[in-house]
Parts: sequence; C-alpha cells; structure tokens
Amino acid sequence: MIHSLFMINSAGDIFMEKHWKSVISRSVCDYFFEEQQKANSPEDVNPVISTPHHYLIHIYRENIYFVAVCTTEVPPLFVIEFLHRVVDTFTDYFGDGGETAIKDNYVIVYELLEEMLDNGFPLATESNILKELIKPPNILRTVVNTVTGSSNLADTLPTGQLSNVPWRRAGVKYTNNEAYFDVIEEIDAIIDKQGSTVFADIQGVIDCCVKLSGMPDLTLSFMNPRILDDVSFHPCVRFKRWESERVLSFVPPDGNFRLISYHVGSQNMVAIPVYVKPNISFREGGGRFDVTVGPKQTMGKLVESVVITCAMPKVVLNMNLTPTQGTYTFDPVAKVLTWDVGKINPQKLPNLRGNISLQSGSPPPESNPAISVQFKIQQMAVSGLKVNRLDMYGESSPKKSFSFEKYKPFKGVKYLTKAGNFQVRT
Amino acid sequence: MTDSKYFTTTKKGEIFELKNELNSDKKEKKKEAVKKVIASMTVGKDVSALFPDVVNCMQTDNLELKKLVYLYLMNYAKSQPDMAIMAVNTFVKDCEDTNPLIRALAVRTMGCIRVDKITEYLCEPLRKCLKDEDPYVRKTAAVCVAKLHDINAQLVEDQGFLDQLRELLSDSNPMVVANAVAALSEISDTSPSPAAQMEMNQQTINKLLAALNECTEWGQIFILDALSNYVPKDDREAQSICERVTPRLAHSNAGVVLSAVKVLMKGMEYVGMESEFVTTLQKKLAPPLVTLLSSEPEVQYVALRNINLIVQKRPDILKHEMKVFFVKYNDPIYVKLEKLDIMIRLATQENIAQVLAELKEYATEVDVDFVRKSVRAIGRCAIKVEQAAERCVSTLLDLIQTKVNYVVQEAIVVIKDIFRKYPNKYESIISTLCENLESLDEPDARASMIWIVGEYAERIDNADELLESFLEGFHDESTQVQLQLLTAIVKLFLKKPTETQELVQQVLSLATQDSDNPDLRDRGYIYWRLLSTDPAAAKEVVLAEKPLISSETDRLEPTLLDELICYIASLASVYHKPPSAFVEGQALVVRKTQLPVRSASGEPGATGATESPVPQQVQPAQQQQSVIPSHDTAMGDLLGDLLSMDLNPPQQQMSMTPAPQQDMGGMDLLGGGLDSLLGGPSPVAGMPASQASMGGGLGDILGLGISSTTYVPPKQVWLPASKAKGLEVSGTFSIRQNVRYMDLTLKNNAMAPMGDFAIQFNKNSFGLSPASALQVPSPLSPGQTADVTLPLGTNGPVQKMDPLMNLQVAMKNNIDVFYFSCLIPIHLLFTEDGQMGSASDRKVFLATWKDIPDSNEVQKEVANPNQLDPKGLSDKLQQSFIFTIAQRNVDGRDMLYQSLKLTNGIWVLAELKIQPRSPTMTLSLKTRALDVIPHVQQAYELIIANM
Repeated sequence: MIHSLFMINSAGDIFMEKHWKSVISRSVCDYFFEEQQKANSPEDVNPVISTPHHYLIHIYRENIYFVAVCTTEVPPLFVIEFLHRVVDTFTDYFGDGGETAIKDNYVIVYELLEEMLDNGFPLATESNILKELIKPPNILRTVVNTVTGSSNLADTLPTGQLSNVPWRRAGVKYTNNEAYFDVIEEIDAIIDKQGSTVFADIQGVIDCCVKLSGMPDLTLSFMNPRILDDVSFHPCVRFKRWESERVLSFVPPDGNFRLISYHVGSQNMVAIPVYVKPNISFREGGGRFDVTVGPKQTMGKLVESVVITCAMPKVVLNMNLTPTQGTYTFDPVAKVLTWDVGKINPQKLPNLRGNISLQSGSPPPESNPAISVQFKIQQMAVSGLKVNRLDMYGESSPKKSFSFEKYKPFKGVKYLTKAGNFQVRT
Repeated sequence: MTDSKYFTTTKKGEIFELKNELNSDKKEKKKEAVKKVIASMTVGKDVSALFPDVVNCMQTDNLELKKLVYLYLMNYAKSQPDMAIMAVNTFVKDCEDTNPLIRALAVRTMGCIRVDKITEYLCEPLRKCLKDEDPYVRKTAAVCVAKLHDINAQLVEDQGFLDQLRELLSDSNPMVVANAVAALSEISDTSPSPAAQMEMNQQTINKLLAALNECTEWGQIFILDALSNYVPKDDREAQSICERVTPRLAHSNAGVVLSAVKVLMKGMEYVGMESEFVTTLQKKLAPPLVTLLSSEPEVQYVALRNINLIVQKRPDILKHEMKVFFVKYNDPIYVKLEKLDIMIRLATQENIAQVLAELKEYATEVDVDFVRKSVRAIGRCAIKVEQAAERCVSTLLDLIQTKVNYVVQEAIVVIKDIFRKYPNKYESIISTLCENLESLDEPDARASMIWIVGEYAERIDNADELLESFLEGFHDESTQVQLQLLTAIVKLFLKKPTETQELVQQVLSLATQDSDNPDLRDRGYIYWRLLSTDPAAAKEVVLAEKPLISSETDRLEPTLLDELICYIASLASVYHKPPSAFVEGQALVVRKTQLPVRSASGEPGATGATESPVPQQVQPAQQQQSVIPSHDTAMGDLLGDLLSMDLNPPQQQMSMTPAPQQDMGGMDLLGGGLDSLLGGPSPVAGMPASQASMGGGLGDILGLGISSTTYVPPKQVWLPASKAKGLEVSGTFSIRQNVRYMDLTLKNNAMAPMGDFAIQFNKNSFGLSPASALQVPSPLSPGQTADVTLPLGTNGPVQKMDPLMNLQVAMKNNIDVFYFSCLIPIHLLFTEDGQMGSASDRKVFLATWKDIPDSNEVQKEVANPNQLDPKGLSDKLQQSFIFTIAQRNVDGRDMLYQSLKLTNGIWVLAELKIQPRSPTMTLSLKTRALDVIPHVQQAYELIIANM
C-alpha cells in the first residue's frame, strides 16, 4: 500500500513529506528527478516509475508533483485516484491545492493526511467525514478559536463513517431547503483541416448542490435516459433501480457533489457547435495567419466565452495580428497565441489575421500548429439529455413518515455545454 | 492567520523556546507549542530532543492535543524507544475509553509506533479491539494487525491474530470486511508462511461479494483484488461472480473499475464455452474502458497499459473503439506513445485508412520520439494489414520526400521490414531510398540501408560502389553496421562474383584482422571458410530463403500474456512483467494466478473471435525480432559444426584460437587454405548441428577439471518430477578451485515452459548457503534440461540437523515452491588448510592426538579395493583435503597419520593402518565432535573406493 508521500514543487524542492509506515529517505526522490530530467515538459514525466526497492507513482497538479512511494505490488490506479482525492480535499479545504495553500496550512495538511490513510490503507476520504473530524480553516473560526481557546478539531465520533450512508452525516438542518442540479457536458473533438470531424465524444456530469434537512431520498428521472449507456455513479445512487427503471434514486450527500458522470461515445453523432476556418502558411522568414470562428450546430443558442489558443512552432519570433473583436496575446517565450474572442455574433464572424515573423535564418516549420478552442453554451446539453422531474420521498408522497421532515425544497436544473479537449488541425 | 506563524523563530534558539512553552501551565500555550513542533517536523526539522516534553502533554482529555502528540510519537518513537515506553500506559488506558473514537485512535497509534518493546503491550488491547462492539474500532484494529505483522510477523502468528482476522471476513459491517481483506492480502503478500495465506472458499467469496456493494470505494478495490485470486469451481460459479461484479464497472473511481475488469477478464476464462454470456460481458466491458480514457492523464496511462493487454487477449472488446485512441496534441508523451501502440493492435482492413491518415498527421508533429514511433507504426500497419501495405509504402515515401532527417531514417528502417514481409513487391522504390544514403547517420538506419543494398544487390547497378563508400569508414561504424556491411558484401560477391572479389577480400580482412570485436571476427572467419571451401554451399547458406517475419511484432508471449491478464490493474500490468520479475521480498510466495488450461492453448471459441484471427502460436522471440534471421540461423549451424568437429579432443580446441592469426595473413581467398587451420578435411554445412555434441564437448572440459580435484558423487534425483509438477531436480556437490558448488540438473517434464527459478536453503549443520542467485536459462521449455552450478558459502545460519548432514532446500519456479532434502557429503566441507602443523613439524599433531581422550577414538575397517600403496593413498586423499602429516612403518604395516578440518573449524585426526596386499585397512579417527565420525568414515570409504 502507500508507504510515503512527497510533495515536490516546480523548483524541485521537497517541501512536504509524510510517512505512514517507517520513514523512507528523501533520496528515493532522486529516481524521480532523474526521470523528470528526461521529460521535455513537466507534464511528460511518466507517472509510474520503478526503482530497485520502491515504486514511485505520482500525479502532477497545481504545479506540484505528489509522489507516492510504495514498497509492495499495489494497484497503481488506487494510488493515483487516492492522490487526486488528496488534492481535491486540499482544494476543498483551502480554496486551492497549490504550494502556498499547503505551506500556510501545514498542520491541517498533516492532520488530513493522517486521517485519510492509516498504515497505507485509506481511512476517511469523503469530504463530509473529514470535515467532521478536522474543521476547515476560515478566518472567523481562527478568530473565535484564539479568543475562546477552542480547537478546529471535533471531538465527536464521525457519525457518517459508521452508518449505511457514509457519505451523509445525520442531523443536517437548513432553513432554506434547496437542490440544484447542473448538467454539464464537455465536447472532446478533433477536427481536421477540411473541417470534418475526425473524432468527437461527450463527457457529461451532473454536479449537484443539495442543501436539504434530514435524510432526503431523491429520485431524478430523465426524458431520454437511453443516452446514458456509459455512466459512473456516485456511491449513493441505487444501481438496481437504475438497471430496472432507468431513474436515479439516492440519498444525497450534504452540499456539493458529483452525482453521475457519463460518456456519450463516438458511435453516436455529436453536434459540433463551432467551426474554425484556419489559414496558416509559412515561408522563409515569416508567414500569414488568418483564422475565422463561426457557429455551427448551436440549436439557436449563443456561443460565448470563446477562447482560441494556438501553440506556435518554436521558430516563431513574434506575431502581428488584428482581431475584428476581442483581444489577443502572444507569449514569445512559450510561443502560445491566445485570442479571447468572447461571444460569437453570427452576423459578423470574428476573425484574427496578420503576419508571423520567424527567427532569421531558420527554415520555415514543417507542419502547422494545432488550434484548441474553448467555448460555452448556456442552457443546452449537446447530447440532448433532459431532466424530466425530481421527486423527494416524503414530499409528494401522501404517506406520512416519521423519518422524513416535511418541507418543500427549491429545485433547479441548469444545462451547460462547453469545449473539453477541442482541437482543430490546420 | 496561517500556519506559517509556527515557523517564526527567535534568536534564543527554537528548541529552548519550545521546551519552555511545552512545560507551560496554560493549556492553550501547550497546544500552540505542540503545533509548532509538528510544523517543524513536517518540513523535516529534527525536533526529537523535545520527546519527553511532548510525551508529558499526552495525558489530556483534549482530543486535538492528544492527536497532535500521537502524530509526534509515531514519528520519533523509533529513535527514543525507552522514552516511548512511558507512553504505553496512556495507550492501554485509552484503549478502554468509553468513546470508540478514542479507543480506535489509541489502537491505531500504538500500531504505528515501530518499537519492539511496545508491541508486547499492544497484544492484549488489540485482541480486545478486534472484538469491540463498535465496527469503527474493529476496522481500525484489523489494519493494526497488518501493522504489527510488519514489525513482528512471528508474534502475530503466535498470538492467533491471523485467525481473528479471518473471522472478521464474515463481520456484519462491510467496512470491517474490507479492511480485514486488505490486511490479510498485505500480510500474505509479504509473508512466506503458509499460515498467513488467505484461504478462500465459497462462503468467504459470498461474504466478500455481499460486502462489495456496501463498502467504500477503496474497500471495493481490496475486495475485488482478493476475488480475482479465487479460482471458481465451475462455470456457474464463475458466471455468478461475474454477474455480481459487473455493476462495479459503473463506479466513478477508476481503480474500482479496473479491478472489476480484472475479475471479469479472469472470470470469462472460466465461463469458457458459453459464448453468449461472454459476448454480452465483452460488450459491457468496452464503455468503462473508454471512459477511463477521459480521466486524468495518469489514469489514462495506467488504463492504456492495461488495455494493451486486454486487446491482445480479447481483440473483440474494443474493435469498434479505434477513435478514442486518436492522439491529441496536448496529451502527455507517455499517453501518446501508448495510444499509438494500441492503434496498431486494433488496425484492421476496415479502419486502416483512418489509422493511416492519423499516423501521417502524427509524423509531422514536433516531438521527435513520437514522430519516430509514428513512422514505425506505419511500417507495422503495412506488415499487419496486407491490403494496406501499398498505401503504407506510398505514405512512407511521402514522408521520405520531406527530407526531415529522423523521419527518413526511421522510414528506411521500417521499409526494410516491409521488404522482408512482402518480397519482390516494392523493390521499385529502392532507387528513391538510395538517394538518401548520405543523410543516414544512425546505426539502425545505416544497417537497414546496407541490408537492403546487399539483399537486392543484383537490382542495384552501383551496389558495389555504394557498399564501398561505406567501407571507407569501416572502423568508425558501430558493430551493427559492420556486421551488416560484412554480410551485404558477401551477398554481393555471391551474386556478382567477378567484379567484387577485391571488395570482399577487403572486408574480410578488415573484419578478421583489424577488428577487436569477436562477433565480427567470427562471422568474418565463417564466411571466409565457407567461401574458400565451397562457394556453392556458401550461396545456399548466405542467400537462403528467409522465413517470413511475423505479422504481429512485439506481441507478448501467450503464457506471459495469460499471466499478466491475472495481474490487470496491478503494477505488473503497467510494467508488462510478472511481479516475480520485479517485486522485491515477495518471499517464495506464488499466488494462484494461472488461467485455466484451455485458454492457454488458445481456444478460439472462447474468445468468439471471428475476424482478425490472431496467430496463437507465436514464434520464439528471437526469430520475430531478428530482422535478418538467415544469418543467425546460418551462424547457428556453422557453430554447431565447428564445435562438433573440434571439441572432441579438447586439447586441440585449446590450440585453435591462436592459429588463425598466424596463418591468415597470406592466405589466398579461394585457395582452400582455411582447411589447414582446422586440421583435416572439413565437411561444410550439412552435418547436423546438435545440442548434444556441444554439450558433450563442454562436458569433457568440465569433466577434466573435476577429476583433478575432489571426488564428486554421481548426481542423484533429489526431487522427482511427480512431486514437483513436472520439474525434476537431480544434483550433487563438488569443489572446484576451492569453491564449493551444488551442481544441479533441472529437467522440465511438464507441458509448459518454466522460469523464475530461485533457491533457498534451510538452516543446516554447517551453515551452507547459496553464494549467488540461481542462474537458470529461462524459460526452460518442456523437455529441456539445464545444468546449473550454484556456488555455496559456508557462512549461512547454523542449526544442527538430524541427520547431521541433512540439507533442506526450497526451490521456486513460476509454478510453485517445492521442498526437498539431500545429504551433504562431508568431504565437501573439508578445507584446504586442514594440514595440522606442517609436514616437518609433527608436534602439534602429536600433542593434539594425545590431548583428545581415548574415548573419542573410533576404529573401523575400511576397504581398499584397489590395494593402493601409502603413497598413492595419501596423494589421492590430499586432493580431497585430507592431509598426511606423517608416515611410519610398524611391523610391516604402513601407518598414515592424517588430519582434516571442517569449514566450521572442527579438526579430525586419523590413523590409517595399511596391510600390504590386504583388501582392508584400519581407520582410527579421533575428534572432539564425535557426531561427525561416521560421516568422515563414510567419506574415506567413498574417496578410496572411487580412486
């Protein structure tokens, strides 16, 4: 299982270490540094490294390498998933999981790591339970703590940890009961030079913010559940009901959580909401750049927050462009062109054109750079998924039950489509 | 306010300051101080000096303070074991607390304190906690058993904690079950003792399956991994396990999904012929695997490594999902390379157009490694999908036109493979290739180009010029290129003998005279000899038709693949190596990880594969990968010839090496002068090269060496094949050059290859232990025999055995662990310094002889079948390290006084009375350790009888 954890920042400093069994010397990280040197960019370090005595499994997030050290044969995905969970928890607690946040909260980080893993076995990883054990820092509490001398550590037994619904604590109470559901879909696509789709699929999630008193039992049904044939559920979802009736039945965790994530495969036709008409050419010493963006299949919705990024070849010295709308920047070090387009007006298509200057003497690049596109479309789920209704057990049922409190929650569903890994080859 | 405040220091010295604060009366100040200590500890500062002060803060009812002190204790208890004892009482008290949280915390922390003394106190509280009424305490205690096992395995077994842990497998709380499974698997992974192994029967499996649905995601991973080690007893059971595991595929935790995939992949093997069930299950497997590819890149990488195995085993599962493996430009390089590999595995006639278009796109990317692999992939596609070969070749030609140096080189390497696969089809492009000759600077590409020129020399008008140009810088080339150049020129010569005689002479002399590389020299000599004796035969050998290269390059070997399928989701699946190849300290435990036999034989019905039939019988790796096997095989034959001819009188073999250097210089190439070198007429190519003749020759050499030293008893069968699943082990002991060896013969009588051999000795009377690892040529194919020598040391652990000379041995291979015992011949333990005193100074011997009481003298009649004289006897015995100190003649009888010493320092003195012309002698032995006497007597008899 997981033996130790090292956190390494971009400068190569090990700024935090935690050992769940015996102490492993920092020098084990030398193997990691060796591997890191071979990589062209920080993201390119192979996540599973074997050394003569240990296995190093790491993730790279927030510009930090979280390097787990294992001594026995372990499922690597278990380690990777766990590390991601650790960073998620930090983000949840401190607002972000970056180095400064960790350094500012050393003791809490240490306490968290201690609670999350025991002898290398995961102990409490649900944010709900952790927050009962270790209260997240906030300014108000720090002030109160210093005044009253109370601690940020709870001394009650985390109730959820032992119940049948470990993700929810008992005795939740709200004055305003509300449940919001965000259906968010991301389009991953590769579009070729001619504008035809090489590959496209949709990654969807339903993120919830549920603030309901007591132990609510919810049922969410869809107009067209057949779209969901590849789904991953939060542990709270009753799989049997889904199998038989295609409805999501669950006792929700308290607060924010991801109810399901789903994937609409490449076999289905995926509507591509924007098109990009690139025209990039290089010659000796320079080149032309001319890119137009336009809406395609948007179902009449507005395409907004459009951002075009293009990693130019290394020989590009500078770019001198004129946008018809929005602003553009060119980072001459990273050679990345970013064009913040904003909304697309179908009547007047945004365009960015101008000249490229190359380093003198170097030959023009062999290939054109790929363009990646970001956009958002509100109130549309590109897969066509639609929520039919949300029922709360005890609310609409005439049967009176003791265990459920009677209240009428406020319910809301929002849809959002955005670009995931959306690439256009030029 | 943040924790950074804990790092502010004052001038007075941090430790001093903290010490004061820790001993403060105010609770608040104390707590802040402990926090500061913890903060320093997290960044690696040494605050162990504060140990007593921190421990003093432990007795508190403030939970936070307690936790902080516990954190500190875990870190420093090891360096301050005596102080840690002070904390024990508090722990024991906390284990009885009314609050289950405190009970759990105490037992958890105690387990983390890795101090031997503390573990004694831990046992009682732990036993109670394992039976605690609160499941939270029980699940914490389960993990604590694993911790304790890590510190003191024996204690855990003696105290019966393993049984208690096994009882927890049927606990009512799923989390307790999951933790018990996790703890047990970890213990069985690290412990060789059979008591630690997790026995699984139908009841436990049902319990686990029930707990699976209700425990946390991590618990599910542990349970699924445990399930995958279970061998279902029949189809129905396998099917029901699969059905109950399938819902796990929809879990949001990638680890759960992949572990479930493992259980299902294994389960499908057992369900077998009921193909309908398998087909449905296969359909269900595709979506979750695809979903893994939209997770974080690290998850993608692990998933891709596993998918690589899965598509090799069951290509149907993902056959329609080609597109998800298309590479995005911002994928990390490790993801890109894996995707590429899988794309080729999934390439079929239907999707090849798409794949090629993608690959061509990738070949223009920036990352050199990736571009190279893409170009190589195009070549692999050509070899895999025949219909696409033409398109691939034209794509490659397009790429060559780009003139990007590394693209051209890579393209040439793969085109050579395409030529090999489809002979006489695409040679029209040779001229284009030749245009790029100058730009090639990598050995691989140069060697490939030279191979092409040599192979098609008759179609290339200026082949001799081309090759000659390479020859100029012959010595600067890498070995690979030199070898190719040699072969290519010989081919050219055989095809166009008239114009190229000079060239071939030149290359042969370069290879044989001016090169230090033995491979090159040997190949040079072999060609030379071939050409000089029988050019026709040379033609037959060198220009022989080559076997076609396999369409599936770099496929895993089926048995390895089957093994790896059992390790899906584990590290082994990422490395594509069985765990035994890299996991350290796996003791001698081999998990039950075999798939049922029917799948190993590759029953096509089981996979339901109708299209793209995968060649089940994969040629040996060597043949697959060697691009120019004709030479390799020719080499093999020749080598056999040489050995079978020349080794018979081994002395002649000794003189063979220097000979060529003397004679070579003035030798006429076609004059047959080589024959003189070999001492007699030599039939060329045609004498069957057999392993036996090689073995025989080597055996002779070894035999000579052995007979000049100690007596070696003949090999005995120590482990019959019937007891070791087909492995037969026979062996003996010997001493050569003062090193003791165990000589073993391993024979594989089973149907499957064996590998991963290892050996261990139990403690024995003389501390014999292996001095190095067991080196067995792996894999040992069925029917194959391997002779292995294992050097022995005498510094191993000692324990007196009964019988005294008994040696218990454990031998491991990829199948199982086997135990056998054998008797050490005592003369193996005689040392070369066993001469007491010296030949001139006999006083020491006499004094010792007198010193040992007469009761310690044992007499025995020993046979002297060859009726050797005293001189002969003492000479022979001396070779076995029995040294003669003095010789006397009393009443016509010769008396030999001898001494010997055992490796553990025991001296044995002997008096041998020899009657002339009598078949027996009287042997009197005197030593302080009477136990060895019968064995020494036996050794005398054996040595003398075998003179």
